[in-house]
Amino acid sequence: MSNLIKHVVAGVAVSALALSVTAAAETLRWSSAGDSLTLDPHAQNEGPTHTLAHQIYDSLVFRNMDMELTAGLATDWYVTDDPTVWEFKLREGVTYHNGAAFTAEDVVFSIKRAQHDNAGVRGLLGTIADVIAVDDHTVHFVTNGPDPLLPNNLTNLFMMDKDWAEANNVTQVQDFAGGEETYAVRNANGTGPYRLVSREPDIRTELERNEDYWGMGMFPLEVTRIIHTPISSAATRAAALLSGEIDFLLDPPVQDLQRLENAAGITVRSAPQNRTIFFGMDIARDELRQSNVTGANPFSDVRVREAMNIAIDREAIRRVVMRGQSVPAGMIAPPFVNGYTEELDAIPAVDRDRARALLAEAGYPDGFSATLQCPNDRYINDEAICQAAVSMFGQIGLDIRLESKTRSIHFADLENHLLDFYMLGWGVPTLDSHYVFTFLVESQSGSGGAFNFTNYANAEVDAMIQAMTSETDLDVRNQMIADVWEIVQEEMMYLPIHHQVLNWAMKDNIEFNVQAEDQPHFMYMTFK
Amino acid sequence: MLAFIIRRLIQSIAVMLTVALISFTLFQFVGDPINNMLGQEASRDDRAELRQRLGLNDPVPIQFVRFVGNAVRGDFGISYRMARPVSTVIMERLPATLELAFVSGLFALTLGIVLGVYTALKRDGWLSNFIMTASLVGVSLPTFVIGILLIYLFAVELQWLPSFGRGELVQITDNWRTGLLTESGRKSLILPAITLGLFQLTLIMRLVRAEMLEVLRTDYIKFARARGLSQRAIHFHHALKNTLLPVITITGLQLGSIIAFAIITETVFQWPGVGLLFITAINFVDIPMMSAYLILIAFIFVIINLIVDLLYFLVDPRLRAEKSGGH
Repeated sequence: MSNLIKHVVAGVAVSALALSVTAAAETLRWSSAGDSLTLDPHAQNEGPTHTLAHQIYDSLVFRNMDMELTAGLATDWYVTDDPTVWEFKLREGVTYHNGAAFTAEDVVFSIKRAQHDNAGVRGLLGTIADVIAVDDHTVHFVTNGPDPLLPNNLTNLFMMDKDWAEANNVTQVQDFAGGEETYAVRNANGTGPYRLVSREPDIRTELERNEDYWGMGMFPLEVTRIIHTPISSAATRAAALLSGEIDFLLDPPVQDLQRLENAAGITVRSAPQNRTIFFGMDIARDELRQSNVTGANPFSDVRVREAMNIAIDREAIRRVVMRGQSVPAGMIAPPFVNGYTEELDAIPAVDRDRARALLAEAGYPDGFSATLQCPNDRYINDEAICQAAVSMFGQIGLDIRLESKTRSIHFADLENHLLDFYMLGWGVPTLDSHYVFTFLVESQSGSGGAFNFTNYANAEVDAMIQAMTSETDLDVRNQMIADVWEIVQEEMMYLPIHHQVLNWAMKDNIEFNVQAEDQPHFMYMTFK
Repeated sequence: MLAFIIRRLIQSIAVMLTVALISFTLFQFVGDPINNMLGQEASRDDRAELRQRLGLNDPVPIQFVRFVGNAVRGDFGISYRMARPVSTVIMERLPATLELAFVSGLFALTLGIVLGVYTALKRDGWLSNFIMTASLVGVSLPTFVIGILLIYLFAVELQWLPSFGRGELVQITDNWRTGLLTESGRKSLILPAITLGLFQLTLIMRLVRAEMLEVLRTDYIKFARARGLSQRAIHFHHALKNTLLPVITITGLQLGSIIAFAIITETVFQWPGVGLLFITAINFVDIPMMSAYLILIAFIFVIINLIVDLLYFLVDPRLRAEKSGGH
């Protein structure tokens, strides 16, 4: 079946030679597999939802196409003399699409709204104790203890008009458990570069340029009209681009990249994505659930973990499984994250003899059996990566069985701590290593470690991770980050595989660079 | 008659309750919606709290009773994914599926009868043989392959027809928007309708052909020939009429499956009907949406079966006599 599709798509590519670029430069028709879940900017903390929100709403600060922290509705931000207070100076003369003025009151309202129990984005706002409007264009963020990286958490935090929210009865984010659809789900009033023309969830969303945008003249804003039609079927998505029905495709199917690139009039651009794929294993458990080893947990021996680490041929995975579309990794953080170093990210050399020796040293000269659990619809080629890894483990004598499941089940199992050995992917939206530590390294005892399913617990590391949150001396803080990374790497807590590579496909008259967060800000798009 | 209908209605309710129960039990294996609803930053407490709030911690029987209780009042809850009432979303999406189903049903029926009659009358012609062979493709190729082939040929290669979506729509009532009244809407309908209808087309064609051949062998046709009636009158008046009875039955029953199994066609062509909605719901583990869809499909099947039963009842006097005979 998949072979047939390949042939078909190959044919598709050839035929596109006949394609002529006729798109009017001003209107952008684009597609992606999924649609935004809601227009309510605080309801969901999810990529496609933020993508649409970024066109309509503004945040105080945002990551531009090069991932740099950029002034949005705030023009200046700094820590005041009191290290627990951040001051944000707001842009003046900004109006919402309905004409209302943007003021400090709206910032206070939006942050508090986003901190409400029903708001999906509140996870990033945990350090904020209070928000105070000092005057119309100055806001103070009071944090629980110093928070040197507060702005990093605000890049997807959009500003809503308080009066509009009150008038439409949407001062709170909708509660899923009951009640009706709220007005903000399908209506929007932002300050952003594009205003909403029409919205049919899952089908079609049309935006037009906001001619009163504060950023006119600061950003290209060449696109005057945006039409988004999600297409869930991968082959159809590629066909729609080849047939010229869309101009830009956010997530071209990996198996079709070559064909798209070869097609006349179409360009594929790529960049490393902010997501690292890795394996984790239950280190602390007395005995594995599915293994021939009883009375002991082979994964708790660091020599076993090292043996497995040097058994994985990451280059082969990149070449064969990913068709070149990945960057082999030695650490769980992509290059633009604070704390990243090339030494940490260097991939260990494959050494099967040493791996076997290490296993023998650890008391498993004949290897052992275990089960690797993978999602099959979450990451790029996730199941195929696991298959490759299983055979690589087999080469050092480990009998690893593969179980792959749909993501909803995989993540539920993970959260219930049912898995001995698993695949996970991780992105770092704050671009700071602390985010990795607090979710993946910190022990599960406190509020941290929400995705630390290894059961690794190290009080010393926990203390360092917690101290990072309030350390205002950046040099000291960076040293702490380096120290924790060193421990993580020494302990072989995880087995990193690679950083994913993002691909965007578009007509070749479009100039648009891939953003590592997979967030296209269409106001930056230009045409040749 | 009335007793018959009432009895059938009670049976129908039992069927729908069973469908609801089975689907509810199955949802326990679909996964956990919480992860899809909360981002990766959500804490364990947040997750536990949302799970509690949605009632996902309750035992399945309690969740089921609560669901049925609400469903009886017409409340299917809020979609976890879209944050909108499930019934509203389904009503918005249903016209797209129905339009596609009826057009493809019509396509299958008309072309199926025409080709069936032709192949029966010209049994050994090369064209008949060709049609019969080609029809094997319709039966044996999976829908998504046919869809992709059609997209490749007509959308990418020839660029005659769009590869996805419904085109421009015209609002008729609040919930019903049709693509039949615009050119781009009709163009968008062609490929999905063919994809969805191809299997039914071959089915009907083969059925008509077989029935027709059967009828042409009967005595009254021979007698009609002996009377010197024209071939035309014999074929299209006497034979075809008697052929159509089973065809109508099958078509009625197939209409239900066209609606229910439009899922694949809708996914390939991004046709915004309830099938596509269901697939997306499964990926997200949108339990309220999945339950409501399955109930809806069960309801459609039940209604179609009821109508077919009633038609039998009206058409076939023997059935009536038997029932009134009382046993």
